[in-house]
Amino acid sequence: MKLTQFLLPIVLIICWQTASLLQIVPTYKFPSPLQIIYGFKDLIVIGMPPGHHLQYHILYSLYRVFWGYITAIILAIPLGILLGWSNRLRLLLQPILELIRPIPPLAWIPIAILWFGIGIKSAAFIIFLGAFFPILLNTISGVLSIEHILIEAARTLHASTKDIFFKILIPGSIPSILTGMRIGVGIGWMTLVAAEFTGVKQGYGLGYMIMTARDIHRPDEILAGMFLIGLIGFLIDIGLRLVERKLVQWK
Amino acid sequence: MNDLSLALEFSGLNKQFISGDSGQKIPVIESIDYQLKWGTFLSIIGPSGCGKTTLLRIVAGLDQATKGQILINGQKIKNCDQRVGLIFQEYALFPWRTAIKNIEFGLETQKIAGNKRKKAAMEYIHAFGLQGFEKKYPKELSGGMKQRVAIARTLITNPDIVLMDEPFASLDSQTRNSLQEFLFSIWHQRKDTIIFVTHNVDEAVFLSDQVLVLSPRPAKIMKIYEVDIPRPRDRTSPEINTIRKEILENLSKN
Repeated sequence: MKLTQFLLPIVLIICWQTASLLQIVPTYKFPSPLQIIYGFKDLIVIGMPPGHHLQYHILYSLYRVFWGYITAIILAIPLGILLGWSNRLRLLLQPILELIRPIPPLAWIPIAILWFGIGIKSAAFIIFLGAFFPILLNTISGVLSIEHILIEAARTLHASTKDIFFKILIPGSIPSILTGMRIGVGIGWMTLVAAEFTGVKQGYGLGYMIMTARDIHRPDEILAGMFLIGLIGFLIDIGLRLVERKLVQWK
Repeated sequence: MNDLSLALEFSGLNKQFISGDSGQKIPVIESIDYQLKWGTFLSIIGPSGCGKTTLLRIVAGLDQATKGQILINGQKIKNCDQRVGLIFQEYALFPWRTAIKNIEFGLETQKIAGNKRKKAAMEYIHAFGLQGFEKKYPKELSGGMKQRVAIARTLITNPDIVLMDEPFASLDSQTRNSLQEFLFSIWHQRKDTIIFVTHNVDEAVFLSDQVLVLSPRPAKIMKIYEVDIPRPRDRTSPEINTIRKEILENLSKN
């Protein structure tokens, strides 16, 4: 990013701070940047609710996302490769997948709670649903985008069906799979925060944290939490972009 | 009885395509009988769309003949026959593999150990003038280099029969000439049995022992030319020109 790109945000923050100081904006609803920074400090030092420190909220949220996301990857990639490979299987499963896909992950929360109770399992399940379909669909389209001539070339070079899977279909669809993984983790992360609104067992999680801050009217901590949620999502995306750059040098 | 001098035999080969909409049968290849001796460089020439590529695909086991049979070394061909190597006009390199990894592919699938594979591939890299480019991805190579990688990738597996489907058609004429010379020198050392499909008469005459001219679709053998000109050949020599002229006249009759 260029330095000039930071210019506008800095100017906006200064205007915002000035507006707050001049009391043009009511700070009890819309805290100033400085108040948000203090709120952020309180989240770390005191915690919200007190004793529940920010770093643990982050860890719990990441932990839930990790399990949901890993499960989605483990199931969606092999299934996607199979469905991309076999037209028959794809036609067979397509109607079921197309019916489930439009259900928003959040609409699964009630049934997830009924099935798994409140806790890591139902949160991970919601994340899983959010991440699964983008990864699956991108894997399928990745396999379908592989030129048929490459499979024929491999066949004439003694490739077995196993070789075709591991040496052609998987590497050939990696760019598309990574795109799916980036979209998937983004949706998973967004879904998580909402899933935590509905309750968490241990009293930790970023979504839970900002809801608690609302209950005792700390808009500074709400906004600090929101920025942090955005920042973490952004950092995860950067991490995956780096992986992407490393793995698809050939493209 | 098998004739041991024969690499390949077509007998009564027929191929029909079934048209998708009407179910109508479209004949593509009609009763081809031909015998190819080991170590022969054969070119197949014919008007575009005549079924040359289909013929190659049948030999490679990627398509099935409707009637007739093909024997390689006296035995019927199988699906994706591994005694046959196929080189495509579009190179068909694996874009996610470097040049050397592309060349190693056919050894990997035969479970040859890593260091042995690498050593063999490196020899091809040198013999094919690809030193310094072994770690490059296909997108970083020129067309001529890509085709050299593709040829190396096929030859390293030592197929009984090497099929080449207009391999130089997408190259500029200078690269094309140098690759023809290169292919000749490789063939001269190895004595592979090659079937080379092209629509370029000069190329066919320059390279081949035999030139097989096919008719427009459905493809039949119109004529077989023996090119008994000693090698190395001069593209502009009178002998080459005579046979070129003959083939061109034959082709323009259609």
